[in-house]
Amino acid sequence: MSQADALSIARLKDAAPLFSALGDATRLALLVSLCSAGPLTVTHLSGRFAVSRQAITKHLEVLAEARLVSSVRRGRERVWAFEPGRVEDARQYLERLSREWDVALGRLKAFVEA
Amino acid sequence: MATSTTDSIMKEIQLRAPQARVWKALSDAQEFGAWFGMKLEGAFVPGQPVFGRITFPGYEHIRLEMKVESMVPETLFSYRWHPYPMDLARDYAQEPMTLVEFRLKAVDGGTLLKVVETGFDRLPADRRDEAFRMNEGGWKQQMLQIERYVAS
Repeated sequence: MSQADALSIARLKDAAPLFSALGDATRLALLVSLCSAGPLTVTHLSGRFAVSRQAITKHLEVLAEARLVSSVRRGRERVWAFEPGRVEDARQYLERLSREWDVALGRLKAFVEA
Repeated sequence: MATSTTDSIMKEIQLRAPQARVWKALSDAQEFGAWFGMKLEGAFVPGQPVFGRITFPGYEHIRLEMKVESMVPETLFSYRWHPYPMDLARDYAQEPMTLVEFRLKAVDGGTLLKVVETGFDRLPADRRDEAFRMNEGGWKQQMLQIERYVAS
């Protein structure tokens, strides 16, 4: 195994909570908002969604646990920001499984075309 | 409901073989095992599980279960399984399975095969780590097999 591979595995080993965090339509929409609009407060976000501020905060906390977003306190409110590195991890994970299928299907192709 | 992009893997491949040939390679458990790299004990029957062992050197201790869902001749073959159940100490039976669907369609010069595996979002978080770790090894092994195949 190359060193680059080993590094990437170490990085992906803690990628797991990502998948449950991303598996919700509201959380994905929140992520997209933070991604396109930049850092926002819950007050700003609640103007864009038909859910309560409490619900938005809860969703953001789930996203934060998966390190998809981070927040900093500014006065009385928190400002939430998108963390792009984590989405890249999730994409890489499925990419690996996807390649596994490519190889298996390559063998099927050789098998039926022989 | 929208499906998240982390829940599924989709593949499409054109095979220069008649639909009936591809169907046999999928629906006949012995043939499936031959290209997939496992030895299956028994035939594929909708609603029934089939157990098998990986035949790649170094992975022979791995037992796999495939729970066949649908078999529509020359059209659809689907089953559920636990992807990469490599930890012998773990009881995978308690965990959700992913669903694998093979869809066949006759096209000019052969068969178009679509493969969709869904249900990754429901896997336990630590299971995904493991699936990834093991996948790395499995994938390397499969590359070696292919290299051997094209070189011979």
